Amino acid sequence: MRTSSMSAAGLIVKRDLVLAFRRFGQIVQPLAFFAVVATLFPLALTPEMSRLRDVAPGVLWVSALLSSLLALEYLFRDDAQDGTLEQLALSGQSLTLLLLAKTLAHWILTGLPLALMAPVVSVAFGVSMQAMPGMLLALALGTVTLSLVGAIGAGLTLGARRGGVLLSLLTLPLMIPIVIFGARATELAIRGEPFAAPMYLLAALAVLGLTLAPLAAAAAVKIGIE
Amino acid sequence: MTDLVVENLHVFRGHRHVLRGVGFTLTPGHCLQITGANGIGKTTLLRAICGLCDIEEGRVEWDGVETRRDPPRFQRALGYLGHDVSLKGDLTGIENLRFAVGVRTPVTAAQIDAALARVGATPFGDLPLRSLSAGQRRRVALAALTLYGARLWVLDEPSTNLDTAGQDLVCHLIAEHLRGGGSVLAAVHHELHLGAGQLVRYELGAAA
Repeated sequence: MRTSSMSAAGLIVKRDLVLAFRRFGQIVQPLAFFAVVATLFPLALTPEMSRLRDVAPGVLWVSALLSSLLALEYLFRDDAQDGTLEQLALSGQSLTLLLLAKTLAHWILTGLPLALMAPVVSVAFGVSMQAMPGMLLALALGTVTLSLVGAIGAGLTLGARRGGVLLSLLTLPLMIPIVIFGARATELAIRGEPFAAPMYLLAALAVLGLTLAPLAAAAAVKIGIE
Repeated sequence: MTDLVVENLHVFRGHRHVLRGVGFTLTPGHCLQITGANGIGKTTLLRAICGLCDIEEGRVEWDGVETRRDPPRFQRALGYLGHDVSLKGDLTGIENLRFAVGVRTPVTAAQIDAALARVGATPFGDLPLRSLSAGQRRRVALAALTLYGARLWVLDEPSTNLDTAGQDLVCHLIAEHLRGGGSVLAAVHHELHLGAGQLVRYELGAAA
């Protein structure tokens, strides 16, 4: 009897969620980082709400990007160190699918709470309530892609002893389009204008990431555990 | 009838030519014990056979099909236990088995309990692995191995950190696996007490 691919992927998501709640600090740190960095800007720039509203999209997206980079280091590292990745590679299941499951679990723990937290943080920038749904959607879509692209980098830096900086250098250039369209969608949402166009592009990037990134991540991990 | 055929295996680690033309066959119901000095390439050999590191030249065949042609087919028949126990410190033994085994094959709570009892891990099955000794963790890893339902066991120093009773347990598990028609490839330093004709020795380095 074999476990089906789908239930194997489900088990991986469940395992990573259980593990994360056993080590709660690891989930909270990137979120706290996001909140602190984003709220530093109103303090450092100006108390003038109209000017803050203009910089809000950029600040939120750059903070989100940095915070997700911070969390990415943990994505495969623990599993590589204790040999779990090896066992996953030898499980007879598709490593691509299992890594996609791991990446989605990672998003549930980092990207999703970040998107949910952004409206609260953006109050400090004088953003109106009407802009919240658009901003939340843009960040949710954008962080999925950030996690997926990051998974490739995390796989490639598995062999490196201090992979953190290298990981940032490898993945940041690939994350630029996400920041451009994400910040644009957020800006339009804050101004109360239609934001469908950049949102579709964000969704397209997410689909591209979902289909291609796990393949690249699996290839990278196979080299990394050798 | 043969299970595993290894032919003229050459493997490089970096620039070092570690394995130079290793070859052997393994038939069902037999255990091949690989011996050799530290650093001679026992771990590399086992990992190369499993497909965890690249083979420069030569072939590994399982059931008449080259493993590189169809890795999942070989992996489904393979149970690998390496240096690391491959279990999570924050999960209990029972949870670890549920996830580690569940990814490969459906497993019930009763089966997990039985496997833990078999390796003498029942008293600490519900404790986080982090709080256990290295030998106790190794026993949980052995329990996982028995639950995979794999025909071929590839064991890299399975008795590391185990006490004498644990070493006997490893022999016992291997003997039972062989009786069920399975085969074992093991890098073990201590004596394996198996039935007559079941044990084949392969000295790495001497043949190269």
